[in-house]
Amino acid sequence: MSERSPGERPPAERLLDQSPRDRSRRKLITTGLAAAAGVAGLGVAARIAQRYGLVPPDHGGIYGLGETLTYASQRLLTSHSLAREFPRNQISKPPFANEMAPLKEEFKRLQAGGFADWRLSVNGMVARPASFSLDQLKSYPSRSQITMLQCEEGWSYVAEWIGVPLSHILQAVEVHPLARYVVYFSIDPDWWESIDMADALHPQTFLAYGMNGDELPVGNGGPLRLRLPRQLGYKSVKFITRMTVTDSLKGFGEGLGSSSSEAGYAWYAGI
Amino acid sequence: MSDAPRVTISRVGDSAYVPAAVSAVPTTTVASRHSALVRVTHWITTLCFLALLVTGTEIVISHPRFYWGETGNVLTPVLFKLPIPSSRALVPTGYGVLPDQNGWSRYLHFQAAWVVVLTGLLYVISGFFSGHFRKDLLPGKAGLSWRAFWTVIAGHLRFERPSAAEAWSYNPLQRLSYLFVIFILFPLVIWTGLAMSPAFVSAVPAAVNLLGGQQSARTLHFFVSLALLLFLLVHVAMVFIAGFRGRLRAMITGRAGTDTERT
Repeated sequence: MSERSPGERPPAERLLDQSPRDRSRRKLITTGLAAAAGVAGLGVAARIAQRYGLVPPDHGGIYGLGETLTYASQRLLTSHSLAREFPRNQISKPPFANEMAPLKEEFKRLQAGGFADWRLSVNGMVARPASFSLDQLKSYPSRSQITMLQCEEGWSYVAEWIGVPLSHILQAVEVHPLARYVVYFSIDPDWWESIDMADALHPQTFLAYGMNGDELPVGNGGPLRLRLPRQLGYKSVKFITRMTVTDSLKGFGEGLGSSSSEAGYAWYAGI
Repeated sequence: MSDAPRVTISRVGDSAYVPAAVSAVPTTTVASRHSALVRVTHWITTLCFLALLVTGTEIVISHPRFYWGETGNVLTPVLFKLPIPSSRALVPTGYGVLPDQNGWSRYLHFQAAWVVVLTGLLYVISGFFSGHFRKDLLPGKAGLSWRAFWTVIAGHLRFERPSAAEAWSYNPLQRLSYLFVIFILFPLVIWTGLAMSPAFVSAVPAAVNLLGGQQSARTLHFFVSLALLLFLLVHVAMVFIAGFRGRLRAMITGRAGTDTERT
């Protein structure tokens, strides 16, 4: 059988009757083709992911693969989903506030003035850069949500958050259509974060100035905190003073997108 | 020369322990104790599980308190707390404060989770197609009796070395344990893990609501992980009792038998 060239045999017989050498050659070819297809597939997948904004800024390094898979899959799965909201009787009692770094002189000065001089400046890829006082922010239609704040450490609490959806402010300053991220800064220079436009325009992403029917306590980030209920607490930056709309995170710090990423924490905190 | 032991092995297989279909394989090729796919997925799972265990412990240390329901923090009553130091001054455990390692722990935890989930999917899908579950793991009718279980348990209690037959086939209790780990514990640990993700549950709220809340999910994740750790410890202990070198070789090279034959 083996001296006959395989082409002469009827196809059915060829499949049934192969010498071990035929089989190993076939295996080698299939494996080679599969490997080549795999590499090419990965390359194409990476380009598509980049194009559709599925690659996080901290995609480099040994944990980049897992991080990219998490961000890409959650971004696809959760593009329009809403964080769970709770009934009023689920609001945590007593209200909880995490420990904080000591407040700086600048903050204390503004606090002494009842935060009347607190400003939020918005610039970058916007048609009308602006600076908002708290009163101006409060003049926008106010919204509230009863959502959970979860810390990456494991603790959590539910509170009512009152504020203006970030999307209103972004509409007011008119964001450039090619913008991809919003970078936001605390008055504490060690705390800044960024989110993609899907999160920035999400209806539950608030600039919060109130909590549980009252002013937002300083311990919870008052007078102004970015509230992002679909991600862990460290993305909900306290004491917001500045915001930049951009199409690239390369120019901010080490280019990893946030102070957390520079401290070794994931940029995307949806899990 | 090198062929001699291989022929012996396959005779062991032919004589009693290998199903008829396998014994029809020509005597020059040796039937593998574990298929290549089982061996590769086994060791990838091992590596990932160890990474998940270490990083999971590290994450727990940042808040070694557990709750039931939706929320929990240092101001709310605990279900229980672990008597260990914490890596956060916020949590007064009375055992001091350790350095914060959550950054890389969380990165590695999720990376290992991705690899083990994809590996597990490959294993389960191929296991159904190849008949691995039906042939190797599903206990036969005879194996599903209290008497069969008791025989295995009594043997374990006497620290008996398993018979040579068990180098080629799993005993009924072993089969049920593996099926329990593959089809109950692993799905549960993935589910309870995802139920802690605020983004995931925004898309699939039932994942956390069915468990009774986000803190319940965290507590359950802890207990399912403990069950998996218990399985790992018993599994390794059994491998030692059965003959460490032989069992390890079977799971690395696919060849089985010689270690028990010598006894």
